[in-house]
Amino acid sequence: MTWDWGAVRAFLPHFWDGLLVTLEALALGSVISFVLGLVWTLLMRAPTRWVRWPVGAVTEFVRNTPLLVQLFFLFYVLPERGLTFSALTTGVFAIGLHYSTYTMQVYRAGIEAVPAGQWEAALALNLPRRRTWTAVILPQAIRRVVPALGNYVISMLKDTPMLMAITVLEMLGRARLFSQQHFQFTEPLTVIGVAFILVSYLASLLLRALERRLVR
Amino acid sequence: MSVDTVKHPEPAATATPELIRLENVTKRFGGHTVLDGLDFSVAAGKHVTLIGPSGSGKTTILRLLMTLTTPDEGTITVDGDQLFPAPEKQVREIRKKIGMVFQHFNLFPNMTVLRNITEAPVTVLGLPKDEAEARARELLDLVGLADKAGARPSQLSGGQQQRVAIARALAMRPQVLLLDEVTSALDPELVAGVLDVLRDIARSTKITMLCVTHEMGFARDISDQVLMFDAGRVVESGPPEKIFGEPEQERTRQFLSAVL
Ligand SMILES: Nc1ncnc2c1ncn2[C@@H]1O[C@H](COP(=O)(O)OP(=O)(O)OP(=O)(O)O)[C@@H](O)[C@H]1O
Ligand SMILES: [Mg+2]
Repeated sequence: MTWDWGAVRAFLPHFWDGLLVTLEALALGSVISFVLGLVWTLLMRAPTRWVRWPVGAVTEFVRNTPLLVQLFFLFYVLPERGLTFSALTTGVFAIGLHYSTYTMQVYRAGIEAVPAGQWEAALALNLPRRRTWTAVILPQAIRRVVPALGNYVISMLKDTPMLMAITVLEMLGRARLFSQQHFQFTEPLTVIGVAFILVSYLASLLLRALERRLVR
Repeated sequence: MSVDTVKHPEPAATATPELIRLENVTKRFGGHTVLDGLDFSVAAGKHVTLIGPSGSGKTTILRLLMTLTTPDEGTITVDGDQLFPAPEKQVREIRKKIGMVFQHFNLFPNMTVLRNITEAPVTVLGLPKDEAEARARELLDLVGLADKAGARPSQLSGGQQQRVAIARALAMRPQVLLLDEVTSALDPELVAGVLDVLRDIARSTKITMLCVTHEMGFARDISDQVLMFDAGRVVESGPPEKIFGEPEQERTRQFLSAVL
């Protein structure tokens, strides 16, 4: 078996398309998981259990069922209910939702790590509850959890090939399609393998820069 | 005559108005009675120091007044208004009259020194930002940290952080300042700077001070009244000359000989 640069060149245009989809899924999936995860965390602190119980049950369920099942479910069941989205939109939402059930645990740990004295100082200064959250607690909690969130971004990247199952052509989907058409497997798979490593490296650099900005 | 004046009858002009009153206050943690039917009051403008052995309930009293914890029995009134139970709105109004400085400073590490001081005046009192900043700078000047406005708490020494915390509490213009062992977390060489600032405030303002301290020299200097605590009760109280000079109670003598 010899390495064929011609195959690499032929694959590249497809690769760029796939890369774009992977990055899009990763970026939007991350944002959704960051935002939804925070929403779950805050809802889990609601004073009434009529909020805490349903949120706890749903997130527990989502966390403990496979992402692939959720992708299929959303992709095939939602349209039956008259809700149609593009495959990519569905996929991004599913990934974001799935990972939000992990980020919520990260946020919770971050919030609990803020010393009680911070709450007490805020109360002593009479800060309203909402302001205590937004100006005192969350900024401290979030800067603590950026590294942990970053780990989930990397893991999310490695889950993006599952989108292939619902017809989204991200990098692996493109490589598979190309392979089937040209009977060349080594080159496209190697290219995307390297790409996954590079993207995760770049993502970690980005997150570290973000962390530095926040930690100042 | 407004409803307000009915609710807060003006005290007779000659008497010193009573700002804080605790009546029969009891606080338990689990089965352990920490404050045991406590009665005492503090007149406006007075500096009252609480002394006593560890675990005698001194911090708990300050935390009750700051509404960081609730009593199991008894009543607490501040400036004539009752806390516990009280509607949230009234509690917020009462809290505006009280400032607290903590043993471990509790500055907000995510804000600059200046914003630590302006945050509450802007969001709670509705002060315009520039006015709040001007006032914050005056206070920083008062505590000797005029050049630290832009620093982060983590860049300051413990003593400097505590002086910022004092400025932060004063920025709310409270009538009462609660001080809980504000120098006991500091390196010895930083204690004097903080105490000097507090002496200065005690001398130059009309603020009422309720102060828990193990610095007996400081207590003697600033106090109008010293309360000696033990096991959740006031063992003895009086002017500092009496408590430190000729205490009546054996318990007080023991305690003082142990700390002095
Ligand atoms: N949140 C709490 N839960 C349980 N017990 C508590 C709590 N807070 C205080 N206590 C107990 O109440 C008692 C009085 O505590 P407090 O902190 O008021 O004492 P103190 O006089 O300030 O002592 P120190 O000089 O050591 O600061 C102690 O026995 C303490 O263990
Ligand atoms: Mg104490």
